[in-house]
Amino acid sequence: MSAVLIVVALTLVAIGAAAVVFTPEPARQAVTLSVFGILLTLLFFVLQAPDVALSQLVVGTALVPLMVMLTVHKINRRHR
Amino acid sequence: MSRRARLLVFGLGAAGLAVMFAFAVAGMPPFGTSEHLYRDLAVPAALQHRTANVVSSVNFDQRALDTLGEEVILLSSVIGTAALLRPTRGEVRRPTTRGGHVSDSTTLVSYLLLPVTVLIGLDVVAHGHLTPGGGFQGGVVLATAVHLLYLAGRYESLERLRPLTWYVWTEGLSAASFAVIGLVGLAQGSGFLANVAPLGSFQSLLSAGTVPILNVVTGAAVAGGGVVLLAQFFGQAIGTTRPPTRRSTS
Repeated sequence: MSAVLIVVALTLVAIGAAAVVFTPEPARQAVTLSVFGILLTLLFFVLQAPDVALSQLVVGTALVPLMVMLTVHKINRRHR
Repeated sequence: MSRRARLLVFGLGAAGLAVMFAFAVAGMPPFGTSEHLYRDLAVPAALQHRTANVVSSVNFDQRALDTLGEEVILLSSVIGTAALLRPTRGEVRRPTTRGGHVSDSTTLVSYLLLPVTVLIGLDVVAHGHLTPGGGFQGGVVLATAVHLLYLAGRYESLERLRPLTWYVWTEGLSAASFAVIGLVGLAQGSGFLANVAPLGSFQSLLSAGTVPILNVVTGAAVAGGGVVLLAQFFGQAIGTTRPPTRRSTS
């Protein structure tokens, strides 16, 4: 059962990572990155690492995408 | 360097990495078995110091020095970001505008979630030695919670309700306290960052000696650092502007 869960979580992470790479625009990429963060959280949780899962959840789904969004916003405004 | 030479350098590096990676993978213990050398040492050591969350025991007791190093890394990266993203010459503070519409439902949800998120952050910090979580995770939750004020309304209201100096001092003093707590252990003759506080009873809120104290200190440092870090990005993205008449020379 747990092996099935791990395989499912790993597959989801691979799909999510590919989605981030193939998202063309950085502003949209921040959103897919956030979804990828949740999938990684799921993988860590399935692998019985709840402490790491919590770290991944707060950093990967909130902090980093927010910083990417703000950076993209600044760059777009300067080039307009 | 020509394209050919670069490809050659990359090829050599990649081949070396592939060989070493293959050796490393071949030498690893099998995945998902019950055999785990580090666990057999870490779990008894954690129980001996009456720490229910073994991961916290590793982070804040057995390998507390590593966590101090991580704290210094966080502090330096916040300082580096603040130095890089400071307003440069030619950039001025943007006048407060009433632009941007926020729907009432977003405002309501943000205001409702703000106290809940702060409570969750404090809870994760306070119970770090008992349940998954701890100073780092709770600190980031607290830092992001403050920014629900931005979602709820305008950037100016976030700026007004977020006296940045407080967070700057919180981060600096908390990171320093971590080292001072380490020195207490040294002064008592047990060693730097040794667990010298009373251990209490297993699984109670006041247990595990210095682990919860270091968790609270780390939580404050990470929350302060996170707010200061995000403030630099917000300041650049929203708070400052370059007058359109001046051309950038760089």
